[in-house]
Amino acid sequence: MSEEFKVEIVNPEKSFLVKEDVLEVVVPAFEGEMGILKDHISIISFLKPGIIKILSKSGDENYYVEDGIVEFKNNNLSILTSSIFNLNDLDKSKQQDLLKKAEEEASKPEINDQSKYLVDQKIEILKSLNQ
Amino acid sequence: MASLDDLKKRIASVKSTQKITKAMKMVAAAKLRRAQESAEKGRPYSEKMNNVILNLSSGISDKENAPKLLSGSGKDQIHLCVVMTSDRGLCGGFNSNIIKKAKSYFAKLSEEGKELKIITVGSKGNDQLKRAYGDKIISHISFKESKNANYFDAEKVGKIVIEKFEDEEFDVCTIFYNQFKNVITQIPQAQQIIPLNTETSEEDKSEDSYEFEPDEDEILSNLLPKNISTQIFKAMLENSASEQGSRMSAMDNATRNAGEMVDKLTIEYNRSRQAAITKELIEIISGAESL
Repeated sequence: MSEEFKVEIVNPEKSFLVKEDVLEVVVPAFEGEMGILKDHISIISFLKPGIIKILSKSGDENYYVEDGIVEFKNNNLSILTSSIFNLNDLDKSKQQDLLKKAEEEASKPEINDQSKYLVDQKIEILKSLNQ
Repeated sequence: MASLDDLKKRIASVKSTQKITKAMKMVAAAKLRRAQESAEKGRPYSEKMNNVILNLSSGISDKENAPKLLSGSGKDQIHLCVVMTSDRGLCGGFNSNIIKKAKSYFAKLSEEGKELKIITVGSKGNDQLKRAYGDKIISHISFKESKNANYFDAEKVGKIVIEKFEDEEFDVCTIFYNQFKNVITQIPQAQQIIPLNTETSEEDKSEDSYEFEPDEDEILSNLLPKNISTQIFKAMLENSASEQGSRMSAMDNATRNAGEMVDKLTIEYNRSRQAAITKELIEIISGAESL
């Protein structure tokens, strides 16, 4: 039996990526990283800033996301996100831009705890990418 | 009757108008294709988002404590209407249709004694509503600089709406836009986005239950603001496709009308030219006879 399932990443403008031969996807869910294999139970969760790892027969891919929702059902994994970048396309200057934006947001006085947590996560991830 | 010279000038001017409308039609046709494409590409996102929310809200255990964006503020007094129109004119009945729909809704609200607040998106709608409802318009947003509808803009509108809702400035929010059916038909729509309409037909209710992480409430309260931006974005995409479609058919009509006008003027021109010749001939002949 094959161990593959389908993953689909959609952003508001278009369908970002569709892959049929995926073995495992690791998503940065809100309460920690979550690896999804075939025949996982149906689940809905949302993402915090982090790296989505897609392991497939045709090669591995890494994406950076800032937010989103994951839905897994009948071996279909849908990821809805409004901000996603392929790590290969994310060069140093872009990373710096995102980092700067995040730091600006973090320094706002009226920020609430939850968004503060998310922004801190974002900064941490972006910093680790830089190394 | 106009002189020959005047007629000639008229014909030339109508012809150049025709050239302009023809060019505008071509441009609109090209833009329409792109707008339609992006409207289609954007559809999966909003559909999936809707599905997830329906699944979540059917799974929610405690309706009383559901997030306010879903259940509403419990009142029905102040209505916020987001009227989305274009920034450019010359697109047939596109803007007027939205305004007409919105105005009839406004009239119904005031009959029922509800309070009305308006946000206009796009300058044409603002111009038309300013006269009658100027004091009701609380905010005006225009995206003249951005070439295509993009999610970033939609998010901006969404944020304003959510902020105002959290400050309890309104209870119900409705957006007005044109739904694109085909090039000749665009249907003005009024869609309520707060509180969210979660009535589902029985058939598309899914049987399997989901696992939620974290719990439903938390996901929902995270998801609902995004859904509002998504709905607004969908409306913007539909609107931009409708605008181009509407402009295309309007310019097509204008080109045809200009063609008819040129024909009519040409006939008139030829007739009066001939009349002038005949008149001169008669003058010459009667002059010769009198000799």
